[in-house]
Amino acid sequence: MPIAHEIAGGMGGLRTAGDLVARMEMLKYRLDEGKNYVAKKLGTSTMDLRDEFTMRKLREKLGIGTITGVPMIGRGIEAKVKIAEVLGIRINSVERLKDLMKV
Amino acid sequence: MECLTRMGDGTPVKMTKEQIKAEIEAGTKDAAHRAHVPELNSNEIEYLMEIVSDPSRIVSVVPGKEAVVTHDVGPLKVMADQSNSGVSIPCSREQAMCIYERAFASDTTELGHIDYSFKPVKPIITQEQSVLQNVNLITTIPVFYGAMPNLGLYYAPDGPFVEPIALIKEGKMSEAKVNMEKAAHQFVEDLEYITTRLYAVGLDGLNIDTTAAAGDADFWGTLMAVEKLKKSCPYLSIEMGMAGEFIFGFHTELEYDGTRLAGLFPHQQVKLAEKAGVDIFGPVVNTKPSKAFAWNVSRAVTMVKQCVKDSKIPIHVNMGMGVGGIPMYETPPIDAVTRANKAMVEIAGVDGL
Repeated sequence: MPIAHEIAGGMGGLRTAGDLVARMEMLKYRLDEGKNYVAKKLGTSTMDLRDEFTMRKLREKLGIGTITGVPMIGRGIEAKVKIAEVLGIRINSVERLKDLMKV
Repeated sequence: MECLTRMGDGTPVKMTKEQIKAEIEAGTKDAAHRAHVPELNSNEIEYLMEIVSDPSRIVSVVPGKEAVVTHDVGPLKVMADQSNSGVSIPCSREQAMCIYERAFASDTTELGHIDYSFKPVKPIITQEQSVLQNVNLITTIPVFYGAMPNLGLYYAPDGPFVEPIALIKEGKMSEAKVNMEKAAHQFVEDLEYITTRLYAVGLDGLNIDTTAAAGDADFWGTLMAVEKLKKSCPYLSIEMGMAGEFIFGFHTELEYDGTRLAGLFPHQQVKLAEKAGVDIFGPVVNTKPSKAFAWNVSRAVTMVKQCVKDSKIPIHVNMGMGVGGIPMYETPPIDAVTRANKAMVEIAGVDGL
């Protein structure tokens, strides 16, 4: 059933920009506000945010994680560090990594 | 012409468009009467009828209307058993969360204990911290930790407090209320203990699932807990998902911010959730299995639409088995799931599911 929901009305996660808009909603942004914010930060349109063709290339270029396992492209915490930087938001696991890296 | 549709229990039935429209009109009237919210207007009713009577097996939202999907239970649906709606694939929770992220293309994912309540998490918190640390390194999408307040676990024989229903049956109403209040306070303490330790290892979000399942004391405890967590974990996002469409009044006198909790519907519940500091609110509208799918989805959309309108925070309507118009069946038919999804996104205007 989760798959049915994602296909019918979901943003598409790492295939597109679903995780990025989700992060904005976690900061209390409503859906359209979140889409507008992410689109502006990525330098694209809100319609492009849900388009796999545009977002696959853009995600690879920005280093913010891709759905397929491309060697050398950042994933996991590597991608989250870039997401925090690109969106200008705090991600708790990234902050923890930065704290641990302090000399 | 007859259309293939469903009953609220998933049974396939054939109905004419006129019958479907009549069910939709009855459903929205029922919602308006119970929750004191406006009925759907004629355009919305017509559009909902088109959605329900569409001849395709699955339907989807129009491009540009896609919404965010958050999950309860999460990876347990992959590796746990039927009691967690799971499919028993032998794998770890970390692997299951990667499946959600990369095979299901989820927008978010969630870590949770097999015994999906907060009380059982407390004694194994170090295990959950350890798994979360692994997950935080390998996942890119936001990670929530989810569980249920499940205040019933705080009453005997599972917990330290006297079971209130037993006291109520003996006419000991005051004692029952005292025990409900004590259980709620213990839950607040437990949730803070658990959450601060997960936050310390980098948790993005907390999902409090099936809030108010044990009635108004359950809701009261959760609101107080959220208020406290917003101070102790200031950068933690908190999602509150409800258990039912209105708050059962077992205690009856509990209030939050001057508002009595018993009897509140989604558009009223969300205001208190906002006040406590909740970031994403998940309303519930219960499915009636004996009624048509069209009736149920119309009723659910009517109540949730008002909740969306009255809310200042994102609304992620609960659309699992038996809620949000979804049939009450273990494997909900995807024709019904996708129609309810489209209706909630495009008519109710939800920010997510």
